[in-house]
Amino acid sequence: MSERPVSLAGEPKADVEQARAFGLTPDEYRKIEQIIGRTPTYTELGVFSVMWSEHCSYKSSRIHLRKLPSKSELVVQGPGENAGAIDVGDGWAAVFKIESHNHPSFVEPYQGAATGVGGILRDIFTMGARPVASMNSLKFGSFDHPRTRYLLGGVVGGIGGYGNCVGVPTVAGEVMFDAAYDANILVNAFCLGLVRKGEMMSAKARGVGNPVLYVGSATGRDGIHGASMASAEFDKESEAKRPAVQVGDPFTEKLLIEACLEAGKTGAIVAIQDMGAAGLTSSSSEMPSHGGLGIELDLDKVPLREANLTPYEILLSESQERMLIVAERGRESELQSVFEKWDLHAVVIGRITDDRRWRARWHGQVVADIPIGALANDAPLYDRPAAAHKTQPSVNTSIAKHPELSKALRALLDSPNIASKKWVYRQYDSLVLSNTVLGPGSDAAVLRIKNSKRAMALKVDSNPRACALDPYIGAVGVVCEAARNVACAGARPVGITNCLNYGNPERPEVMWQFVRGVEGLRDASLAFGAPVVSGNVSFYNETEGHAIPPTPTIAVLGVMSDVAKHVTQFFKNPGDAIAIVRTGKPSLAASEYSALFQIDGGSLNPIELAREAALIDGLVEGCEQGLIRSAHDIAEGGLAVALAEACFNPRAILGAEVELGRAGNADAVDFFGEGASTVILSISPGDVARVEKLFAGRGLEFAVVGKVIADPRLKIGSLDEDVSELQRIYEDAIPRRLRGGD
Amino acid sequence: MKWGVVRFPGSLDDGDALHALADVMGQDARILWHKDESLGGVECILLPGGFSYGDYLRTGAIARFSPIMKSVAKFAGDGGLVIGTCNGFQILCEAHLLPGALTRNRSLSFICQRVFLRVENASTPFTRATKQGDLLQLPIKHGEGLYVAPEDELRQMEERGQVILRYVDADGRESDHANPNGSMRAIAGVANERFNVFGLMPHPEHAVESMLGGTDGLKIFQSIAGSAR
Repeated sequence: MSERPVSLAGEPKADVEQARAFGLTPDEYRKIEQIIGRTPTYTELGVFSVMWSEHCSYKSSRIHLRKLPSKSELVVQGPGENAGAIDVGDGWAAVFKIESHNHPSFVEPYQGAATGVGGILRDIFTMGARPVASMNSLKFGSFDHPRTRYLLGGVVGGIGGYGNCVGVPTVAGEVMFDAAYDANILVNAFCLGLVRKGEMMSAKARGVGNPVLYVGSATGRDGIHGASMASAEFDKESEAKRPAVQVGDPFTEKLLIEACLEAGKTGAIVAIQDMGAAGLTSSSSEMPSHGGLGIELDLDKVPLREANLTPYEILLSESQERMLIVAERGRESELQSVFEKWDLHAVVIGRITDDRRWRARWHGQVVADIPIGALANDAPLYDRPAAAHKTQPSVNTSIAKHPELSKALRALLDSPNIASKKWVYRQYDSLVLSNTVLGPGSDAAVLRIKNSKRAMALKVDSNPRACALDPYIGAVGVVCEAARNVACAGARPVGITNCLNYGNPERPEVMWQFVRGVEGLRDASLAFGAPVVSGNVSFYNETEGHAIPPTPTIAVLGVMSDVAKHVTQFFKNPGDAIAIVRTGKPSLAASEYSALFQIDGGSLNPIELAREAALIDGLVEGCEQGLIRSAHDIAEGGLAVALAEACFNPRAILGAEVELGRAGNADAVDFFGEGASTVILSISPGDVARVEKLFAGRGLEFAVVGKVIADPRLKIGSLDEDVSELQRIYEDAIPRRLRGGD
Repeated sequence: MKWGVVRFPGSLDDGDALHALADVMGQDARILWHKDESLGGVECILLPGGFSYGDYLRTGAIARFSPIMKSVAKFAGDGGLVIGTCNGFQILCEAHLLPGALTRNRSLSFICQRVFLRVENASTPFTRATKQGDLLQLPIKHGEGLYVAPEDELRQMEERGQVILRYVDADGRESDHANPNGSMRAIAGVANERFNVFGLMPHPEHAVESMLGGTDGLKIFQSIAGSAR
C-alpha cells in the first residue's frame, strides 16, 4: 500500500553535499538514510534538516536541560508543551515563556523583533491563555558602533509595531549596550497569559481519523530555513540571509488570538500548535508524535499566497500568523465558523493516522514518508565535550586611577546601561487590558488579576559580564537578581523561564559555559523553590569565531496575595529611615563602574543561596505586613546610583541623606560596588525595629544608613548633589546620543 | 445609560472601555459587532482605540466603511451621543463626523505616556461634569495623533467652542514641550458643530481606577451619563 516518495523534476539531488548545504553533518545524513532505508527525497532532506537543526531539536542542550527543576505544587504545566504554567491562585494559571529571536533581528531588526513578539504570543495563546503581558531583554553593541542606532531603532520599532497592534501591553524589559554584542545582538521576547485552570489547551494529538485544520495567514516563501539560520554562526554573507527573515502581520495575529480563544471555548479542539520555526513541518510532526500517532497531509489544500510553491517550500515556509489544529472528528464546521467570523482561513489539510508515519502528498504523489519519531522525539542527541577556558579572560588594568566620586556618579548615570530607558519604553503600549499597576521604569512590573485581590510581578534579567567572569556564579546571580526584584515589589517568586544565549556549542569552552550556566540556574531555582517551567536555547551567537559572552536571560514570575500591598522603588516621605539589607559585601567585579573606567574589578564573590532566599522571604513578609515604604534593588552602578534612582519619584522628587559607616573613608566599592544582593529600603521611623527584626532575625546584615529628605539633594558622606540635575543626566543620556550630541 | 462599544477587527481598547463603563461605573454597556447594523437601542456609542483593520492604509480609513458605521452616522445625524477615543477619533474624522484629521506624530514614533489636558469647553455633554480650565490627567498611546485642520476651519472651531481639550503642562500652560505629538494649536479633543460627537486622542477608559494611576477619565464618562436624554 505504501507508495515510494519521489523527488520532483528539477529538484537538486538529495545527497550528502546537499545535506551539508542544509547544515547537516555527513553522519547525520547517513543516519537519515538508515532511518528511512533509502535515499531521501529533496523534500524529505529539507524537512530533516530543519527538524534536526539545533534550533528545533535542542540536540546539544537537551541532556543538560533535564537537570533543571520543573516541579512544585504550583506547577500546572512543566516543559514539554508550547509554554509552562503556574497556579497563581483564585482559579487562574499563568502561562509564560521567553524565547530568542537573535539571528533574524540582527539581519533585519524591525521584522526580526516583530516576529519574535508574534511567535512568543502564539506559544501562549495556543495554550488557551489570553496573553496579558509582554517583556523583552535586548542586547546591542556599543553605542558608538556604527550599526547600533539602526539596530536599536529597528528592534524597538518592531517590538512596538507588533506589540502595540495586538493589544498586549509591554510592561517591563532590559536594554544593555556592550561591544561584545557588536556583531551579534540579542532579542529575547517574553509573554505571559492567563487561563482558567482546567481550560488549558494542549499540543498533543489524539484520535485516529481526526481532521487537521490549517488556520490563519496563507503560506508564502518567507522564512524558509529560518530555523537553520538560527543554528549557524554569522559570516560576511549573513546580510544575504534577509529573505530567511519572516514578515509579521500583527493585525492577523490579533484576529488569530481572538479566533483561537473563541474556538477553544467550543471544546472541538483536540490539539493546537503554532507553525513557528520549521513551520508546517514542526507543528504537523510534533503534535501527532507527542500522542504516539501519525499524520497524512494533503499539501494541495494549504492556502498559498502565490500559486507555484513547491512541497519543499510549503513545508519549510515560516510565514507568520499560522496555526495547526487537530479537531474532534465531525466538529470541523463549528471551528470553521468561528474562524470565518474573524475572516481567517480554516482549511482541513490532513488527518491523524495510527501508523506513526509523517506523510505528505502533493499533486497526487507522495513527496515525503518518514517515521514520525525521527523528526521529533528521536532527533539526534549530543553530549558535546565541555572544557573550561585555559586562560581566564584578561581584565584591562590600564587605568588604575579612580575618578572623583561626583564625576563617577554623573558618568554612571549618563551610561546608556544605567540611564533611563524611557526613550525605549515610551514607544510601547504598557496600559492596554487595564491591568498594569506598575509599568516600565521600576524594579519589576506589577499586574493585577481582575476580580481578584491577587497580583503578579514580572522581571527579566541578565548579567553577561558576571557570566563571562564565572558562568556558574553569574547565572546564579541573575536568578537571584530577578527573584529579588520581584520580591522588592512584594511578590513571592514562584516560577522561572529562561532563554540561554551562548556561542557555538561545538566549541568545548562554549559548551562548558553553557553547562555551568544550566547548573547555576538549577541551584538557584531549587533554592527559591521556583521551578523552571519553560525556556529556549539560542546557540551559535557568534560571528567569525567571536562568541557573545554567556548570556542566560532569566524571567521570574512572582505572586502577591494582595495587590494593595505592592511596593515601588521610590522614596515616599521625608523623614523615613533609609536602611540597607544585604547578603554579602559588594565588589567592583563585573560592575558598570569597572567597565566604564576600565578598572580591574577582580573576581566574583561566591553567592550563598540560603542567604539569598532569606532576603527574599524577609522582603515579601515586610511588604505583606505593610512595613516597607519602598524597596530598590542595587544593580548596575551600585549604591549611589540606586539611591539616586529611589529619589526620582515621578510624583515629586525627593532627597536622601546617607552616611556609609566609615565616615569620610568610603571608597568606590561602597559607592559603586555591585554583586552582593543588596536592597535599599525606606521605612517609617516607627517601623524600623520591626523591619530590623525581620532581616537580622534571618541572619542578614541590616543597617539604617540615613533618611529621606524633602530637599532634593543626594548626600552620601562628602558627596552632595542636586537630584534634579542627576535626573536630567539620567533622563537625557539616551536621547542625547540619538540626537547625535555625543 | 445604555452604552454600545463598537468592536472592529483590530480594536484593542474595546475591552477596557467595557470594563470602565460596566465594571467600574456600573453602566449598562455592551459590545456592538462591526458586521452588524443594529445598535440595539443604545444611548451613547463609543468607538474604542486600537488598529482597526490593521490601519495599514491610513488610520480609520477602512473602518469608516464597516456596516456598523452607516448606523453610527445615522445615529449621530439624529443627535445621538458618539465618543471616539484614539483610533475611534481617527475613524470619526475619516467618516467626516468630526472636522480635521490625525497624522503621524511629530516624533515619528509611537508615544505612551500620561499627559495633562485643559478643558476648553465645559458646557458639552462630554465635559459638563468639569469646569472650564480644569486639568485632566489621562494617558495617550498612539503613533498618529497630530491633529491638523485648515487654519480657517480651526478659527471657526475655536469660535464655536468645538476645541474641547488641549495638551498643557502640569500648571495648565500650553507649551511646545507639553504638546506630545505636535498637534496644531495643541488640540487633543474636538466636537462637531452640534456637540453630540466628540473625539479625543487620550484614553479616558485608562484613567478610571486609582490603582492604575488615576481617575480623571471618569469625569468624561460621568458627563456623558449625566447627559442621558
